Amino acid sequence: MSTKTAKIDRLAELTAQRESAGGASLWTEALRRLRSSKMAIIGAVVIGVFVLLAIVGPWIAPYNPLQQWRGEVFINQNIFVGSRSENWLGLDHLGRDQLSRMLVGARQTLLVGVVATLLGFTVGALIGGLSGAALAFGGKTGQRIDTAVMRFIDMVLALPSLLLAVSIAAIMGQSLTTVMIAVGVVQIPVFARLLRGSMLAQAGSDYVLAARSLGVRRRRIVTAHVLPNSLGPVIVQATLALATAIIEAAALSYLGLGNPDAAQPEWGVMLVQAQPYFDHAPMMALYPALGIIITALGFTLLGEAMREALDPKLRS
Amino acid sequence: MSLLELDDVKVHFPVKRGILFDRTVGHVYAVDGVSLSVTAGQTYGLVGESGCGKTTLGRAVLRLTDITSGSVVFDGTDLAQLPEEEMRRARRRLQMVFQDPLGSLNPRQNIESILAEGMAAHGIGADRAERRERIKEILTKVGLPHSALSRYPHEFSGGQRQRIGIARALVLQPDVIICDEPVSALDVSIQAQVINLLEELQESEGLTYLVIAHDLAVVRHISDVIGVMYLGSLVEEAPSDALYAEPRHPYTRALMSAVPVPDPEVEDRRERILLRGDLPSPASPPAGCRFHTRCPWRQPTRCDTERPALADIGGGHRVACHWAAEIADGSLRPTSELAPPVLVDTGTDGEPGTDPGAGEDTDPGTERKETAAGTPA
Repeated sequence: MSTKTAKIDRLAELTAQRESAGGASLWTEALRRLRSSKMAIIGAVVIGVFVLLAIVGPWIAPYNPLQQWRGEVFINQNIFVGSRSENWLGLDHLGRDQLSRMLVGARQTLLVGVVATLLGFTVGALIGGLSGAALAFGGKTGQRIDTAVMRFIDMVLALPSLLLAVSIAAIMGQSLTTVMIAVGVVQIPVFARLLRGSMLAQAGSDYVLAARSLGVRRRRIVTAHVLPNSLGPVIVQATLALATAIIEAAALSYLGLGNPDAAQPEWGVMLVQAQPYFDHAPMMALYPALGIIITALGFTLLGEAMREALDPKLRS
Repeated sequence: MSLLELDDVKVHFPVKRGILFDRTVGHVYAVDGVSLSVTAGQTYGLVGESGCGKTTLGRAVLRLTDITSGSVVFDGTDLAQLPEEEMRRARRRLQMVFQDPLGSLNPRQNIESILAEGMAAHGIGADRAERRERIKEILTKVGLPHSALSRYPHEFSGGQRQRIGIARALVLQPDVIICDEPVSALDVSIQAQVINLLEELQESEGLTYLVIAHDLAVVRHISDVIGVMYLGSLVEEAPSDALYAEPRHPYTRALMSAVPVPDPEVEDRRERILLRGDLPSPASPPAGCRFHTRCPWRQPTRCDTERPALADIGGGHRVACHWAAEIADGSLRPTSELAPPVLVDTGTDGEPGTDPGAGEDTDPGTERKETAAGTPA
């Protein structure tokens, strides 16, 4: 009996401690769960390394990425090499140091991914948010606005994303900005639909009904209740979209619609340049490909972990 | 004196279909002509099975769903006619407590923020400090510690959450609180606490309740007047005791017979009316009496052609049945051959839903009512 009472006392103590710990908001708890998730940690580490490289890459690169060692390039063990052994990852077909090009190229790759995703996120969330708010709280007129906007978004969504990006890039001409815009625009309908759907789900929830019954104004219901609770999936999507954006930017480069500036090494472009030599020097393609894959994987892992952490069904 | 008066309230939801442009192909008659009045300081209980429109009716009173037609007169003003902004202000005096205590609280708001929101919307309390004082007062009233202020909904138990929901309504000092299944999501032991709290508050704050529930015991305990809803309209309305003592409408009788009696002897012997079939679709309600498709007392005339109106039979008892008087005096029995097959269970044989007549053995002490079609009693 005494062990039993001791157990109960201990339990009471524990629960009491938890009670006095004070409030933990949903975000705090999500963060706590993220920290204990292996997936999130691996993803965050990969992304951290990538971002670090993007920042310090140009300074730690052993050589100027444009410097060529001409005349001494030959193929050995599946990659171009020079006569010197200092080029750890070998040279490319023009005799430039691969390692330096990878390090400097990280920044370009990240820049394209982040800017394109930001563009898609901002414009998409704006369209989706307004559309969702109009449908849920705008009465008949709001419904019509929403229908018109969403049908247009659906049409854009119906086009294969790469085809759309290629078309935009082809129309606007080759430049870095074009790549960013093309990849970003493709993301807009995804974000728009996602935020709208998420908002609609929240707008039909009991606490929004409760806020209405309290007499809270519509604008406050949207900004204080519906939006904050709808952002979770959109933020997760942004993380996942970053991975897609990097891959799509590489695809555009691969198709010859990438940044034409040869002075700016970029992983996608490097991959393209390696293609003609793939039979004899496959390692030249391997490094940028690995870079893209690992980075995309990092973002995907973090995104998935965030999705799980923010899932209200898993909340304890 | 009636504080809240509903007259022929209808809520019809359009059923829409269309690829590019929606067009209306029909209506769901969720609430189809309900008239009732709630006396100040009293509790009106609304019962009915799920899907009968009782929740929709509760929301329609607050105009959380649009009212198709009819009037909701609250303290002299017709809420159905109020412009949006005035309706918003009117909601200070009409509050609601929801069924799902967790779902009705925003997970990202702490308790102080939840409780202060309504006050801010109606300009109650000059500043944060003043509001906090008022909130603390209310927390004490509903039996929550002041330390709850900085905590979040998911940190509370079901009963505590419902107390928060009640506090949120109470903070605005309303006259009427509509309780939509206030305890059905709670444990039975907690239900009693919340019901008692509601009763105490009614006394101390002079509140008027419209309680929507499907639990007959809960409604009986708390209500002064009870209205029984079936498929969007009231079938019977009476003071609580009168309704339980003498249910007049066949549907009410069936409902009452589903309540178990805490005495095994009586429980074994009492008559149980098991309704067959499901609630018909409110999108295409039956003609005539809405209940005739399931009614054990269905008659060949009137029932399927003429919709009965709520008629006063004295003592504030209103019933919507053509044959209420005949059923009451026993001249009609639940055995018409027009009636759908119904099982009057003696409690000794057969599961609910087994064919009538299956299981031949009956207790000698109990009267077996033969109900198979074509066997008039």
